[in-house]
Amino acid sequence: MKKILRILCLALCVIMAVSVCACGPSEKKGSVETIKIGLAFPMSGMAAMAGKYSTHGADVLKEELGGKITVGDKEYPIEFVVMDTEGSEEKTANVYQKLIEEEKVIAIAGPDSSKCMLAAAPIAQNAKCPAITSFGTNTAVTEVGDYIFRACFIDPFQGAVAAAYCDGQGHKTACIMFNNADAYSVGLKDAFVENYNGEVLAIEEYSGSDVKDYNVQLTKLAAQNPDVLLLPNLNVELGLQIQQARTAGLNCQIVCGDSADTPDVAKVAGPAIEGVAYVSAFSAESTDEAAKKFVDAYVELHPDELPNSNAELTYEAVKMIVWAIQNAKTLDRAGVRDALAAIDGLDLPSGKMTMDPETRNPIKGGIIMQYDADGITRYVSTVNP
Amino acid sequence: MKTTNAKTMHPLLRKFGPLLGCIVFYVVIMLLRKADIINGYYMQVMLFAGVNVLMTASLNLVNGFTGQFCIGHAGFMSLGAYGAAVITTMVFKSNSIPEAAQIPVFLLGLLCGGIVAAIVGALIGIPSLKLKGDYLAIVTLAFGEIVRALLRLIQPIGGARGMIGIPNYANFFWIMLFVVLTLWLLRNLIYSSYGRAFIAIRDNEIAADAMGINTTKYKIMSFCIAAFIAGVAGGLYAHVLSFIQPDSFGFVKSADYLVYLYAGGSGSLTGSVVGAVLLTILPEVLRFLATWRLVLYAIILIAVMLYRSEGLIGGKEVPFLRIKRSSLYEQPLFGRKKNGLSEE
Repeated sequence: MKKILRILCLALCVIMAVSVCACGPSEKKGSVETIKIGLAFPMSGMAAMAGKYSTHGADVLKEELGGKITVGDKEYPIEFVVMDTEGSEEKTANVYQKLIEEEKVIAIAGPDSSKCMLAAAPIAQNAKCPAITSFGTNTAVTEVGDYIFRACFIDPFQGAVAAAYCDGQGHKTACIMFNNADAYSVGLKDAFVENYNGEVLAIEEYSGSDVKDYNVQLTKLAAQNPDVLLLPNLNVELGLQIQQARTAGLNCQIVCGDSADTPDVAKVAGPAIEGVAYVSAFSAESTDEAAKKFVDAYVELHPDELPNSNAELTYEAVKMIVWAIQNAKTLDRAGVRDALAAIDGLDLPSGKMTMDPETRNPIKGGIIMQYDADGITRYVSTVNP
Repeated sequence: MKTTNAKTMHPLLRKFGPLLGCIVFYVVIMLLRKADIINGYYMQVMLFAGVNVLMTASLNLVNGFTGQFCIGHAGFMSLGAYGAAVITTMVFKSNSIPEAAQIPVFLLGLLCGGIVAAIVGALIGIPSLKLKGDYLAIVTLAFGEIVRALLRLIQPIGGARGMIGIPNYANFFWIMLFVVLTLWLLRNLIYSSYGRAFIAIRDNEIAADAMGINTTKYKIMSFCIAAFIAGVAGGLYAHVLSFIQPDSFGFVKSADYLVYLYAGGSGSLTGSVVGAVLLTILPEVLRFLATWRLVLYAIILIAVMLYRSEGLIGGKEVPFLRIKRSSLYEQPLFGRKKNGLSEE
């Protein structure tokens, strides 16, 4: 008993000692210093799946770079430092401190959730280290400071994508029915109205997810006979709305936000789902050239899976950092930040991306997906608003 | 002269030695921070370790010393965190107040957080602690979830999206001060007649009742004090992380504190400190193992529980936290029987 305890203690001591050595400042006195990019993603815990896809997405870029990056006419070795956030705010804050203070990374990509990013962003901002969240959609994230960016679009931006799609399809008139009690719904509607070049004939509203009967509103809208019906609503409501819209005689094109991207919507709507289009961040079926290249490279590295939005957005976040390093005026954190804010028309799998220097949100393309008669989603087109 | 001086110094040193030690420790840490040997990362891990010590020590009062079973301790932490954050961030707009007023506002916030947690602790403690048995476990489990659900619904404080922009007032000084203060308070409490009543209830509730101890009163008292400390710890946590949201105070967090408590040794304040500090630092130290990190962490925990079921420091205290009655300590459930103590 005592012996086992002693051995155990000894083992613990050894582990501690080894790790202290491993954690110590690992400054390599090489000829050129290594450029490090931090990756903070949940590798364990509840969100481990998202973290797996994210790091796989970053792997693609790592493979592309082959361990080195050319800045100007000089070649630097590049290293991705991956750290586990466990999907917890506390651990994410620790990871950020470690990446910034110990690993001395030039920029950080991730984490994917808004809540972790909100905890970590003040640390990056105080240390003046640029950070890009891959999937943090909460608008408050980039409002923390001028060093915080995001790779995904915020929810209301989908409204702009939907408007661009409708314009592109030649739809001249539109009607909208939205949930006035939900920020997602209101945001999408406002962005659509602002960006749509056609005429919005009528807007009807209802409040709350507990409404189950939309016939009054839909019948009124049907009388307008629009080219497009926009339903920027939550997934629990969409199924019934689509079904009732068709029954009310609205046989026009129906467009929804990314909340329509759940099998339940198709199940509830039944055959009415055919032809319903929705906005999405990314599709592995995309025919865009950059997207195809990315998907092929991804599948080659990880043959058993197709990239999802997490993988693609992480790839984009790291790609943005790499581009910023190559185009920075000075090779330091401030230089990378300025270059990130100045991104204009960068070719990414989800389309051409321009960074809004004011809000640090990307202005980029969205994907339009469409349901077929069996409730299967199909890629339609890439839209650049 | 010299000898008398030494003799009078001795009890003084004994009394103020720990305090002196704390001050020296603080100064050394601050000097190392200045010299940049300790970077922001180490500081932050230490801050979280301090908060965890507070949480574990307060949980120890209920679980370790009073023998009740609270498994929703993170609920009190969230109440304290929101209570303190509402005071500093929303009532007194933290950015617009002068620097001199920041510290009083911060302390007021912590106090309010603690009081909110203590009041709610009394509200759920009174009905459930009147009963004998493990009812408290179920009630606190439900309580933790209810608090979380309610906080998600209250929109003015951010709802499910959480509260942002909390000033990060809680630096190493405040955390250290509250840890020292709490340990000192808990040690004196356990020394006192109240503490003896707590321990009597833990060891045998029926016997304690028969000896004239108002068990309900003392159980509620212990529970409220623990809730208060947890509330203050929550307030500090909010001002370290500067962002809180209801979901981070879920059952997983409560379970974390139970692990810290039992790995360190329940019924031992030293155990709470060692358990919380060690298990906060260990996952960070193991980072070089990448994906194997949490596997090894779990193995270490299992090994500790197998070979030291009473916890790492179970049944022991460092001198300045010691109470000189060995029978005060909890008997390990699966450990060896100590001779001479189990005489009826």
